[in-house]
Amino acid sequence: MQYEMVAGFETHVELATNTKIFCSCTTQFGADSNTHCCPICIGLPGVLPKLNRQAVRYAIMAGLATNCHIANISKMDRKNYCYPDLPKAYQISQYDKPLCENGYIQLSNGRKIRLNRIHIEEDAGKLIHKRGDTYVDYNRGGVPLIEIVSEPDIRSVEEAKEYVEKLQQIMRYIGVSDCRMQEGSMRCDVNVSVRPVGSTELGTRTEIKNMNSITFIGRAMEYEFARQVDLIESGGEVEQQTLRYNDAENTTSPMRGKEDANDYRYFRDPDLVTISVTDEEIEELKAKIPELPFEKVERYVNELGLSEKDAANIAKYRNIAEFFEAASEGVKNPKSVSNFIIGQIFRRLETEEDKENFDIKTTPEQLCELVKLIEAGKIKNNLAKSTLEKMLDTGKPVTEFVSESDMAGLDENALAELCKKAVESNPKAVEDFKKGKQKAVKSLVGFVMKESRGKADAAAAEKIIIEIIGG
Amino acid sequence: MAEGMITRFGRMLRDKELSCTELTEKYLTQIEQANGDLNAYVKVTPEEALKTAKAVDEKIAKGEELSALEGIPMTLKDNISTKGIETTCCSKILEGYKPIYNATVWETLRNSNAVLLGKTNMDEFAMGSSSETSYFGGSANPHDITRVAGGSSGGVASAVGGNIAVYGLGSDTGGSIRQPASFCGIVGLKPTYGAVSRFGLIAYASSFDQIGPITTTVEDAAIVYDAISGYDKMDSTSRGRVGDPTVNSLKNDIKGMKIGIADEYLDGVNDDVRALIEKACAVYESLGAQIVRFKLPSLKYALPVYYILACAEASSNLGRYDGIRYGYRTSSYNDINEMVCKTRSEGFGAEVQRRILLGTYVLSAGYYDAYYKKAQNLRGSIVNAFKAAFESCDVILAPTVPMTAFKKGSAVSDPIQTYLTDICTVPVNIAGLPGVSIPCGFDKDNMPVGMQLIGNTFCESTILNAAWQYENAAGADVFRQSAYGVKL
Repeated sequence: MQYEMVAGFETHVELATNTKIFCSCTTQFGADSNTHCCPICIGLPGVLPKLNRQAVRYAIMAGLATNCHIANISKMDRKNYCYPDLPKAYQISQYDKPLCENGYIQLSNGRKIRLNRIHIEEDAGKLIHKRGDTYVDYNRGGVPLIEIVSEPDIRSVEEAKEYVEKLQQIMRYIGVSDCRMQEGSMRCDVNVSVRPVGSTELGTRTEIKNMNSITFIGRAMEYEFARQVDLIESGGEVEQQTLRYNDAENTTSPMRGKEDANDYRYFRDPDLVTISVTDEEIEELKAKIPELPFEKVERYVNELGLSEKDAANIAKYRNIAEFFEAASEGVKNPKSVSNFIIGQIFRRLETEEDKENFDIKTTPEQLCELVKLIEAGKIKNNLAKSTLEKMLDTGKPVTEFVSESDMAGLDENALAELCKKAVESNPKAVEDFKKGKQKAVKSLVGFVMKESRGKADAAAAEKIIIEIIGG
Repeated sequence: MAEGMITRFGRMLRDKELSCTELTEKYLTQIEQANGDLNAYVKVTPEEALKTAKAVDEKIAKGEELSALEGIPMTLKDNISTKGIETTCCSKILEGYKPIYNATVWETLRNSNAVLLGKTNMDEFAMGSSSETSYFGGSANPHDITRVAGGSSGGVASAVGGNIAVYGLGSDTGGSIRQPASFCGIVGLKPTYGAVSRFGLIAYASSFDQIGPITTTVEDAAIVYDAISGYDKMDSTSRGRVGDPTVNSLKNDIKGMKIGIADEYLDGVNDDVRALIEKACAVYESLGAQIVRFKLPSLKYALPVYYILACAEASSNLGRYDGIRYGYRTSSYNDINEMVCKTRSEGFGAEVQRRILLGTYVLSAGYYDAYYKKAQNLRGSIVNAFKAAFESCDVILAPTVPMTAFKKGSAVSDPIQTYLTDICTVPVNIAGLPGVSIPCGFDKDNMPVGMQLIGNTFCESTILNAAWQYENAAGADVFRQSAYGVKL
């Protein structure tokens, strides 16, 4: 029998607020343990939470960017459970009145993955197991999160990966999160079930907890799909359970079964008041949502003549897309701008993080000027490339490296003159060449290029030099 | 007793009849002498007190102005967080816990040089009506030490009733300020929910808890309330005081004021108490007020609604005491689950455990709708019933407790009977209303009886005005000094 995968995601995204959701501690990542804490976020007796409005606003933006309906009235609830990383023994979350509901994310194959809801909640601390003891670090406790809950609309690993990537791109674009999976600022719980192709019923699902890499998500889902199919094929039944993915072995193993499922005893948090959001505020936030990456790709391809692949590469990070757009201002062919970015600038950005930060010395205006010089026929591509390297090294503008005379071009006489000078000033290279060392001509050409500040046509120069020597 | 103790002592300090240090020392001496009988204080803080007293004396010497509460010796219930001073809620589980921050109310009073004599006894986590669930044993009634001071703010009431503190701050979740004030023959004000910041008050039931003053006179209560009420950005549910300071309108004429009596409040009330309530009506009529009789049928749901909702919130609020970060931790355990279980079983007393279990039960899947949700709906009905009542009257007059202070040890044996003593006080907490208990006479055993004046939300001025007028008219008939404490 043929089976199909049915998957849904619960994605936790840390919001990029400066301070925590219920106190004024910083949310900065990577500090010494328990240094970003206060009586409120470690839940000392008697403290009260105070909701950070920026977290609400970011969550609303996330909802708007994913086509959600925003609730004018919502509230915070307590999710009660006992665990050492949760100092109050309850997590302040949203239960039956989330901020955002009924959204979707559209995949490139046209399918819409429906979002059930997006709600805000606080993150827990972190347990650190060392030397047989367990320590707890509350720095992360109280960092604002949104939980994005999808419907079980995903049908393949490819769709799953695209879904996560799209979410990541959108959240980064609207500036509500850096979505760094390796730092835990984006984490996914994946619900997987299988069913015979053609069936419309949902099978029993398992939940793979806390996935922090897109690659592992793919592998874990493939493993879990195969495991469930094998189980059913061999006459067994899938048990509803929570799984942990072991990336070293590429297997999943149960964390806890259904029988010891938590009863969270949700109830409204009496310490917090109703969250009211006016239509005006929603409109104000809507205006802050920039053009999203997939919208950009469409425009780059249709209006700017980029290839689908280049467009996607450029649009993936907001910083790059904005740089590209600014550098293409008034340029005849934006493709040459994207070529410089993808060909030359990307070489300097090794990691995805580097690309995301896009911390380069050249401004879009400077690159724009350079491309315009090429388009005006004033400098050759060769010179442009080497100039861009210098610009990227120093942050200085094009004019620092390309003079008026460079742009004036080089006539035939001047070229012949320079070639003659090259032969006269480099007797050793000439000697070598005469002895049959073909390569020696290259250093002579290099001399001409240098003297002409890159304006010379290298091929023409080589021809003239060989004529002079051999002549 | 129309002139309050705070006003009187303040004047004595300003007139240099005695220094603040002398006044403070008198109180500290009396605490030493009386606390063995009363068990009002669980922690005395002489150093803190004398340090503040010295600062106040320096101000007086320099001729600087003193604010109303400066230099006045007072106490705090042991569930109000005091930085560096043990705050245990009289529970073993918070043994040795010293807060690293001040509750907003204490920060406010500290800044006006209130002289903190110490922390006072209470029922463990404010759960109880006799202060006998305290880990440190119950407080005695200063009028008869074989009887309880009431609870949960029994220590504050015992201290103020026994004049080993001029005033104190208690907290009232289901009557914990008013009931012990009634038992000890003094004044206790439970403000409107949101009038006083809860930040730093160790929570029992967050949607009911409210800090308020326990004092000897109505004027004192008004002065303290005016000082501690106000919006606090640290408490999202705080709304602050509405209108002018309440002391401004204490002496207003109450001619034409409509005082409501709801029959349901008098059901099951003992005869002495009922008679004194009727007598109070007569006093009010003589002052020109009008008595309006009406019914509040939803009051019969008040007790179950209170116990379901308060316990539900408590079960969540008290989840954090696990022995990991502060307070008591069991001595031997094999793993974390055992550690948490043993710590909680050993650290919480029986009444606290009972309420945690009850609260956990009513929030559980499958029972939530039958208990918690239903109780929430009924809470709404009670709120609306009071709203309607205040369309026909300005204040509601009711007994504070259906009886007077009972003998020590009698509450512990029968929890249900003890819960019933809260019947007249919990409706105010359910509806978030202000209520003040003032003395209105003595029963056949010569124990003090209290009556309650309940107002609409943020109508503290109205109830304190009505209370002051009654106190002024009744005078010595309703107030008696105990054998204990400072005599000046």
